[in-house]
Amino acid sequence: MSNMINTMFDLRLLDDLACKDTVVHRLHPLVKLLTTVIYLIVVVSFDKYEVAGLLPFLFFPVLIINLAELPLVPLVKRMLPAAPLVLGIGILNPVFDHQVFAVGGLTLSMGWITFISVCLKCLLTVFAALLLIATTGMNNLAAALRMLRIPKLFVLQLLLTYRYISVLLEEVSLIWRAYSLRAPGQKGINWKVWGPLIGQLILRTFDRAQRVYQAMCLRGFTGEYNTGSQKRLTLWDLAYLAGWSLFFTLARIYNIPELTGSLLTGVI
Amino acid sequence: MHMADALISPVVGGTMWVATAGVAAYSIKKIQKDLDEKKIPLMGVVAAFVFAAQMINFTIPGTGSSGHIGGGLLLAILLGPYAGFLAMASILTIQALFFADGGLLALGCNIFNLGFFTCFIAYPLIYKPIIARGYNLKRIVAASLFAAIAGLQLGAFSVVLQTLFSGKTELPFGTFVLLMQPIHLAIGLVEGLIIAAVVSFIWKERPEILEKAALGKKLGSLSIQRVLTVLALAAVLTGGVLSWFASANPDGLEWSVFKTAGVEELESSGGIYQTLSGIQNKIALLPDYDFKASGDEGAAAAGEGDEASWPVVSGGTSLSGLVGSVLTLAVAVLIGFAVKFFKGKKPNFTS
Repeated sequence: MSNMINTMFDLRLLDDLACKDTVVHRLHPLVKLLTTVIYLIVVVSFDKYEVAGLLPFLFFPVLIINLAELPLVPLVKRMLPAAPLVLGIGILNPVFDHQVFAVGGLTLSMGWITFISVCLKCLLTVFAALLLIATTGMNNLAAALRMLRIPKLFVLQLLLTYRYISVLLEEVSLIWRAYSLRAPGQKGINWKVWGPLIGQLILRTFDRAQRVYQAMCLRGFTGEYNTGSQKRLTLWDLAYLAGWSLFFTLARIYNIPELTGSLLTGVI
Repeated sequence: MHMADALISPVVGGTMWVATAGVAAYSIKKIQKDLDEKKIPLMGVVAAFVFAAQMINFTIPGTGSSGHIGGGLLLAILLGPYAGFLAMASILTIQALFFADGGLLALGCNIFNLGFFTCFIAYPLIYKPIIARGYNLKRIVAASLFAAIAGLQLGAFSVVLQTLFSGKTELPFGTFVLLMQPIHLAIGLVEGLIIAAVVSFIWKERPEILEKAALGKKLGSLSIQRVLTVLALAAVLTGGVLSWFASANPDGLEWSVFKTAGVEELESSGGIYQTLSGIQNKIALLPDYDFKASGDEGAAAAGEGDEASWPVVSGGTSLSGLVGSVLTLAVAVLIGFAVKFFKGKKPNFTS
């Protein structure tokens, strides 16, 4: 039950955030999508022992969160579902890796480095996806997908799925609540009603789809997906994409923290 | 069974994206051929149903645990394989975007693992032939069980292969397979039983739904073979081209694809982790040929690269690395505050 409520809350929060009007939100959705993809590829391409080199990539989420005026805490909470998997697997690395390194007389397993590296990668990649949707919104993202020549059938289908998830979540949570009130203290649905419970919902879903289709027809649906205003790419959009791409490339080739560090320690 | 971005290499992610895009394009073409506009809202709403229904826990009789539906096979049964695959793809896309479930780079892998094997292998090659002689309870149970198990086994094996090719697994191939397959056998069994219960209910109440899905799409001309051939070719080609690219440009973006290693992806339930760590502890007692080798490889890889990374650190570089890292973090925090500061000031100037 609680996971359904959380899911509904997540969807609405990200929807609300996407409606803001900030510098980042005003950027062309295609530019934001491409920047995110480049960012992800570069972050994932780092070696397993890399930690310092990954740190400059924190600038991207930090800047976006602040420029887009996004609340930090709810976004961090959204990351939790991904955390147990990566933490659970990563924590085994120190057990595995028998190479050691020394820092200030302290001998540690190299596994800790890979563990930190995996956690950092998880943080960066999950944030990138969340920030994309929180600053762009599903409708704009769909428009960007259309610009990339993704067939309209798929895009339309994606949008409809998204639109109806909240409707069906509400329906499922009603059914779940009704069931648990009649059968208290159960962990899940008893096998005797597996079929009828889900089956009824499927039948109702098919009827709903029929009504949706009729409503769409009455409003002039011809199989075309209309987004309303089509945003145009501006010079500023291109500069944004080029600027970040340049930064990501530089940060991938040069280990910025180590360079600045050696500069500093060299001076001192 | 969702792969995560953090555990995948760009080449594997890219290859699976191409393969998935190929299957999706083919499915769209197939649907458009006999375009039934009604199907578009139906696909959307049924996909939303599966998304919501995945959150329902089903008690497994005789055990304390519970299971839930996976979706791919049920979608294929309700909508036919092509529409089912596209519906599964949109569910996974939304999960990746909104719920940090899987990732955008790993999305190709996830759609393929959970959508392709269920809709294009398990459904047409197992479910349909069994059901072909007409619906009855026995056949529904057999078809759902075998198809669900086969779909999940193939998907799980695909996860193993993808992690293996990503070079991120520290588990030997055999151990990983032995871990993944039995777990997914159990999961498949439960999913098969749930699907059987649901399908037999619908067959009793509204059989036309099932018939429409099955009859509407003919797989008669065995077009599936064409899909598979095209797919295999595309995967080999892109894999080959991409990895050639990777080795041709060692000092460009330096995709350290086959050198990287993180860890493998597995189910997130506690029991599995315990088994896993138990096995790993046992392995750790053996002469750690594999792990040493992979570690040395990492060190060698880092040595080749321009940047001196952790394995070859000397005291000096590690100090400068630490100082630089702390500085980078400080700058990141400062950027945050600076933006807030200027943002906070702006309204004062304008108002």
